[in-house]
Amino acid sequence: MQKPDMTVEVAGIKMRNPVMTASGTFGYGAEFADYLNLESIGAMITKGLSLKPKAGNPTPRIVETPGGMLNAIGLQNVGVDAFIAQKLPYLAKVDTPVIVNVYGNTLEEYGEVAARLDGLGGVAGIEVNISCPNVKQGGIVFGTDPQAAAEVVRLVRKSTSKPLIVKLSPNVTDVVSMARACADAGADALSLINTLTGMAIDLDRRRPILANVTGGLSGPAIKPVALRMVWQVAKSVQLPIIGIGGIMNGRDALEFMLAGASAVEVGTASFLDPSAAQTIAREMEQYLIDNGIASVASLIGALEV
Amino acid sequence: MQFKSMVVSNVELSPGYFRMRMTAPLDLLGALPGQFLMLKVSDAIDPLLRRPFGFFDVGTFSAEYAGGGTQCYCEILYKVVGKGTRKLAALHHGDLLDLLAPLGKGFDPGPGCEEKLLVGGGVGLAPLYYLAKVLVARGDKVRLFAGGRNRDDILCITEFERLGVESYVSTDDGTLGESGLVTQVLERHLRASGMRIFACGPTPMLKAVAVMAKKHAVPCQVSMEAYMACGVGACLGCVMKGANHSEETPDYRCVCKDGPVFDSFELQWS
Repeated sequence: MQKPDMTVEVAGIKMRNPVMTASGTFGYGAEFADYLNLESIGAMITKGLSLKPKAGNPTPRIVETPGGMLNAIGLQNVGVDAFIAQKLPYLAKVDTPVIVNVYGNTLEEYGEVAARLDGLGGVAGIEVNISCPNVKQGGIVFGTDPQAAAEVVRLVRKSTSKPLIVKLSPNVTDVVSMARACADAGADALSLINTLTGMAIDLDRRRPILANVTGGLSGPAIKPVALRMVWQVAKSVQLPIIGIGGIMNGRDALEFMLAGASAVEVGTASFLDPSAAQTIAREMEQYLIDNGIASVASLIGALEV
Repeated sequence: MQFKSMVVSNVELSPGYFRMRMTAPLDLLGALPGQFLMLKVSDAIDPLLRRPFGFFDVGTFSAEYAGGGTQCYCEILYKVVGKGTRKLAALHHGDLLDLLAPLGKGFDPGPGCEEKLLVGGGVGLAPLYYLAKVLVARGDKVRLFAGGRNRDDILCITEFERLGVESYVSTDDGTLGESGLVTQVLERHLRASGMRIFACGPTPMLKAVAVMAKKHAVPCQVSMEAYMACGVGACLGCVMKGANHSEETPDYRCVCKDGPVFDSFELQWS
């Protein structure tokens, strides 16, 4: 049969396939150029940027857990200005949309970072991180209260004309009310889920393993939670959704699309296998070929309940 | 690069310590001593992450073994400490592994006229053998200082001696070589000029070596170990503090990308 149509569009961003790389797991793109073809994936999302460079948390910052890993990196990043000067020129030459993940320590910083990226040709969209569990200020503070989240989204909306994606936290009682608040405040798309807060303990030393005590759980262990939340949000909100959480292969990615995602982000899988995003896109295509499905977009929300 | 590799041998050298040989593409002959590989011990999701190992050796099989052609191999030396290494220890000839290699920054051998002092603690000897091989091939004078808690921790000394490397062994309990710390033996050999130290082992040992190197003004490189997820500088999980790190002016270095080999003066040891 003919090659299936793998293209999708999210918030006006056209992608050759639904596979994006999750923020914080793909550096600034260049780190992976030796291992995969950056022009074979749907989009790249870069490491979360703040207004000023950020040092991140003390070590240990990561620990492996059954079927997953905990991280408490603390959003170490070069800062928005260094990103624009040093990282973006390389990315702009790659024929794949670049979405920049941003966060602020304060409400105003969210607006300021978004504003600095607004006029730049190499930036296809902005993903707002209101869900990092590992920093004291910003991040999760805005991600667990619908009103605070709406305030951030309204301000970023005013600061940029770029497509605006909001990345949601699973560490809430009701993810749907968070999703609605962000939608009403002007988000163009929602990505979910960020990591689940967790903890690992060294029994013999009677100490937490991470210097930050708690961290964010990612990897295959969180996939069922992520699928459930994507499904719930997709039923209730009219915005395109990007599914994230423990996607390791093409089948995982397609499950998220059935649950209602228009695209997916691959995160921890890129740590295990730097070519994972490309492999997953290929596996998705192969599934469509094997099952005689003409277009990947036809699977979005096609779950039969 | 990323490649599939076949286990050729996986031998227990002393209780809990293994030496494993794997096939590798010819390009791996360009790997520098001190660089490392990451391997996935199984396709299962537990353990999930790859494990990093320094190269114990990189070389080519004899022509008879390789059927007349040239076939490259690499070797690692590892201690069984957890879930990943337990699975690794159970692998046999013919098993397949997925490798990323060579990764990171290797040792800078320095000028040939210097005497090279290699300091290894336990399984930290691993990258020093490949280094010794390269240094000896250049014609450098090489001495090895190997330390451990007891004689089971002293690995592959015969291999070093076969290269012509003069070896000084010390153990905490005196069951092999001199009784005491490897750094005590090292200090007796230090002179202010014409020497260079290369060290790999537990962090307290590396710290002691770094302090000693500074005191005697001897150039010193250390190979660090850290938990890491990706090995390519993306996860930022394996960072260490640079010498000038402070809360106000943070200076974190990635062990996987900026290291694993660092000039000892570059790092903060407090």
